[in-house]
This record gives sequence, C-alpha cells and structure tokens, in this order.
Amino acid sequence: MKLLYFAWLRQKIGVGEEEFALPANVPDVAALIDALRKRGAGYAEAFRETSRLRCAVNQQHVAFDAPVGADDEVAFFPPVTGG
Amino acid sequence: MSAIRIQREEFDPAAELEALTARGGKSGAVASFVGLVRADDGLTSMTIEHYPGMTEREIASHAAEARRRWPIHELRIVHRVGTLNPGERIVFVGASAAHRKAAFEAVEFLMDYLKTRAPFWKQEERAGRKTWVTAKPEDEDAASRWR
Repeated sequence: MKLLYFAWLRQKIGVGEEEFALPANVPDVAALIDALRKRGAGYAEAFRETSRLRCAVNQQHVAFDAPVGADDEVAFFPPVTGG
Repeated sequence: MSAIRIQREEFDPAAELEALTARGGKSGAVASFVGLVRADDGLTSMTIEHYPGMTEREIASHAAEARRRWPIHELRIVHRVGTLNPGERIVFVGASAAHRKAAFEAVEFLMDYLKTRAPFWKQEERAGRKTWVTAKPEDEDAASRWR
C-alpha cells in the first residue's frame, strides 16, 4: 500500500510518502496504526495520541474502523487548518 | 460552472469577480470572501501544504454540494499553497446567483468546509521558529450548522 503523511506527522516520521507491505491481520485503520507504531521512534511519536490524527483511505476521509487493503492509498494527517 | 484552483501564485480578486459576473445579466448578485495572512504576534510568514489530488476532490465535492443547496450560477474557489507573507491573499471563494442570499450562504458554507474538511495545513513562522497551526473548535462549530 501507499502511505502518505502530512504536516507534523511527516516531520516526526521523516518521510512524506512510502510503500508499505500490509501485514496479515491488519484489517482496518486502527490496526494499521498499531502496526506502524512498531516501526520506530518517529512512528511511535507520530501515532502516540490518535485523537489528534485524521485518516483518509483512497483520498476519502474515514474513521479508524474503516477497512484497509494492500492496494489502498492511506494518508495520515492532523486536523486540517486551511481557508 | 465551478472553477477550482490550487496554486502557489498570487491571484487577482478583480479578475475572479469579473469571471463570476460574466453572465449576460442573468445574475443579480455576486458574493465573495478573501482570506489574508494576518501579522499576528510577530508572524513573519506562513507556509501552507496540501494533499494533491484529495484537496481538489474534497473542494469539488463541496462545490457540488453548494450547488445542490443553492441556485448558484458561477462558483470560483482559489486556494494558495507555499510560503506567504503577512498581507498576502490565501483564499478566494466567490459565487454568483440571481439573488444575494444564495450567493452569501454558498460562500459562507464553502469557507466553513474549507476550514474543516479540505486537506490544507498551515505552519506559522515567528522569530525564526515554525509552529503548526492547530485546528480551532469554533471552525468545527461553524461547519456543523450546515449539517
């Protein structure tokens, strides 16, 4: 899958975009966050408090119980501040 | 028609208003909003990033929603990205309609949704220090009245 990170998530993780082989038993966004937390200190810090996170799957806003698949584009970002 | 642009370059509000107005006399009202970079608390610059692809999609879906709710003739939305200085324009939202209420409401609706749903993030710089802007609950409250 393709993972994208924006704003301070990108800074904490150190990359804005990466390919990620979706492990087995990761059916939804919440499980994906748990899997990503284990990838290193930057990830653990970025995903520490999920109340400050938003997620989009294939460029649609979703809740953390949304399903994810190996071909999806999943983006994580803080609440938006445009306008 | 709905014109949506995300760009680094400055835009010309007069040209945007002109494009909204060109309706051969059908429109009786043009309403618009321009957002600017405020020089709050020693702010020296603001950098805006977005999610290419999703940002355009989100704005297009809200433009379509505005058209379902109000009898809009023309709709124009311009949002800048990149580094901007105090006083520079960030965003333009404009709508034309037969009567003012539809035009005013559509612009306000679109601004409330741009603030809370469109994937843009602002980083402010003060005295060489950069901080990410945090989302304001009152923006969420403003958007919730349209649901």
